[in-house]
Parts: sequence; structure tokens; C-alpha cells
Amino acid sequence: MGFLNLLTKRGQTGATLVRLPTGSFTLDPSGRIVASTLPRSFPAGKVRQIGDLVLSTFRAAREAGIPLTELIADYAALKLTARELRGGAIIFLAPRSLGQK
Amino acid sequence: MSARHKVLLLDDDQDLLELYREMLARLPSQPEIHTATSGARAISLLESEPFSLLISDLNMPKMDGLQVLTIVRRKFPQLRTAVMTSVVDAQFRTRAYAMGIDLFLEKPNTSQEITFFLDCIESLLGRELDGGFRGVQSKSLVDIIQLECLSQSSSVLKVTNGALSGKIWFNNGDVIDAESQDLGGEAAFRKILSWKTGNFEILPADPERPRTIFNSYQGLLLESAQALDEAQAQVPEGESAPSPEAAPVLAAESPLAALARFNGVEFVMTVRAGGKFDSWSAENPEQISLWVRQTMQRFRALGDGLQAGQLSQLEGLGPQCHVALVSKADNDLCVGFHRSLSQDLVRETMSKIATKWAS
Repeated sequence: MGFLNLLTKRGQTGATLVRLPTGSFTLDPSGRIVASTLPRSFPAGKVRQIGDLVLSTFRAAREAGIPLTELIADYAALKLTARELRGGAIIFLAPRSLGQK
Repeated sequence: MSARHKVLLLDDDQDLLELYREMLARLPSQPEIHTATSGARAISLLESEPFSLLISDLNMPKMDGLQVLTIVRRKFPQLRTAVMTSVVDAQFRTRAYAMGIDLFLEKPNTSQEITFFLDCIESLLGRELDGGFRGVQSKSLVDIIQLECLSQSSSVLKVTNGALSGKIWFNNGDVIDAESQDLGGEAAFRKILSWKTGNFEILPADPERPRTIFNSYQGLLLESAQALDEAQAQVPEGESAPSPEAAPVLAAESPLAALARFNGVEFVMTVRAGGKFDSWSAENPEQISLWVRQTMQRFRALGDGLQAGQLSQLEGLGPQCHVALVSKADNDLCVGFHRSLSQDLVRETMSKIATKWAS
């Protein structure tokens, strides 16, 4: 079986595969994260990227004359729900499983 | 003699690559095996010569397998892709399939699993040899049904049209049952036949399926064609009937008017690549079109960055109106709904509108 074990043997590769997180985080109007239930393994840069996008989308919608209080983005493997909170936002992330609607 | 398939193996472990190369080289189709130890190298190879299949690991440094697949699916949509990984996690399986891969395999541990792995790869390469419907867009459903019946097939035809899906069961060339949403039998068959575009796949036969359709396939197709002709003169299900005098006005105003006939719709807008847009009943159409374009671009980019798969829909709920956005090819559709509609109703109505838009 030594030969077969080679097939799954892994060395120290510095792998970067990141799970999609389940949880939520809250942003103040300046985009600062004030609370989060996301796992620490999820990169802070990604969290900031999501937060900035949500806040700028709410802001741009307001400027376009269609103010929004909630945003739902449906990806094949992730559902992102964001609620506007007095200029800030609370954002929920929920990965999807195969076959889930 | 047909050319040998070219298979590209991507894994950061050189020893594993050599093992897989030896195993795959023994396949009956004797594919030509190339290897790459990084995503960047794999993409360079794919750009330099055509390959039949990419087999990628997921867990790799610098650029992981999902990142590679995101790029590969976009740049080489016809390339078959398989993931082979030791990461046993349903989430990564979901995300990989969401990107449109053909196979997700765990790295084999036993001789039986190696045999299974080799069979799967050979089968995937064989599909390329046997041809098939992948990428074929010019066949109508009627053509496909006739082909199944004339060839006396026993199979299940699965058809998807946007958010809608349906199945038609064949047994020895007879249509024996159909199913779509809450419809069954001939009603479901007619419903599926009414779809103008979509995707389909042929699934293995289901011999246990009880027969509910006894009409011949020629009769079914004829009746469906007649029903479609009659339906063209009627207002489709779920749409509010415009007054007789309003209909020609709507038609004259914009082709989008047909999409605006659903209950609760306040405005409709399509935005094309480059920012050109058409709108129906929208206030501030320039500003809204800009918002639609930028928002969809940014959320698609976010999805790519997270490797979360395709963005199927974006919804926004607001105190003045609700909006829902979808994309097709490089076009975006934005529909504004009355604020009194619930989120579920917005989603359901948008699904119908998107289906109509796509067809």
C-alpha cells in the first residue's frame, strides 16, 4: 500500500484554499467592521471587499433614485444578504450545498 | 486515424504528477499527457495548444484550483475540466460544479478507486469522441424528441429553461411521461415544448417510471404545436391582461413592454455591453442604467474573487420600489417592482420575466 499512499500524501505546500464562510458582520457608515461572527480563517481583505461593495452599492442606488434597504446576491455556491443600518450595514453570508435552491 | 487526446494534469506535487501520468498513459485511448505544477503554467500551456481535458488539484499554493478553474472556464469554455482532490468537502464540490466542471473526483486510495478514476477519465474523453450535444444550440426541442423517438431510445430528457426545469421520459422510442414544476403527463410535455431556449441533457433510462402518456409522439408534437399557436393570441399565464386599446400602445413604445405586463412591474431596463440601454417606464434611466451596469460588474467580480460561482440574481428591496437584476451573455436586465410585493413574489415574478427575456 506504500505506493498507493503516495497518491494522497501531501507535503507542506502553503495551500491557499479558503472555505466560504457562514456568518455575519456589521459595518459602520465609514466601512469599519464593528462586529463579526465570521471564522478567522476567512481573510480580512475579503471581508472588507464585501463590505465596501455593499456600502457603495447602497450609496449608488440612493444616488440613482432607487434607495434600497436590503440586497440579496444569489451565487451558485453562496447567498449574500445585506441590510442597510443607518448608513452602515449588516451582511450575512451563507454557502449553498448542491441542489439547494 | 483520429488525433490522440491531450490531457493536462495540474498538481503542485511533482511525484503525484508522474504517477498520474503513468496511470493515464495506459488508458485505452492512449491520451497524450502534459503536466503543470502551477496554475499560471497550466494556463500558459492551455493558451499555447489545444487540450481535450484539464485535470486539476484544488489545494495548491499561490493560485488554488478554484482560481484556476474560474479563469479556465472563462477563457476556454469548451475545454472539459475535472477536479481531482484530497479535499473531501461538500462545499468545494458545490463550488467546483457551480463553475461548470465535468467531474469532481477524490484522489484514489485503493486499486478499485484507481480503476474507477481511470474509467471516469476514459469515459470523459470518450464523450469527446462520440460527439454529443455539448455546445449545440441550433436544435429545437422538437428535433431532439424526434431523434430520441426515431432511434427507439429509452432515456430521460432533462430540459432547463432559466429557473424552470422539466423531464420527459422515453421508453423504446415512446414518450411515456413528462414532468415540469407542478405539472405532469401531457400538460407538462406541452409546457416544456413551449420553451424556446434552454439546456438539455440525456439521462439514463428509468424503466420503473409509470406510463401516463399514451398518445404517439407525432400526436403529442402536433397537439403541442397547435396549443402553442393558440396561446400566441392569448396573454401568457402570470401576466396581467392589458386593455385592448393599451396593447398596441405598449407594443409601439418598447419591446420591453411585453416584459412589463407581469403584475407589480413598475419599470424594465436592459443594459448592453458598453452601457447602451433600453428602458420602459423608468425614471432617471441614465442613472439607473449606470448603477445596474456597475453593480452587476462588481458583484460578478466579487463572485469570481470568492470562487462562489455564477451570480444568478441580485435583488434589492427599498421603501420606494424593489429591483431585481439578472444577466445573460453580456446584457443585464433590471426590473423595478412595486414596493408592496413581497420578496418571494419579486423572486417568482423575476424568474418568469427572466425566462421570457432569455427566450
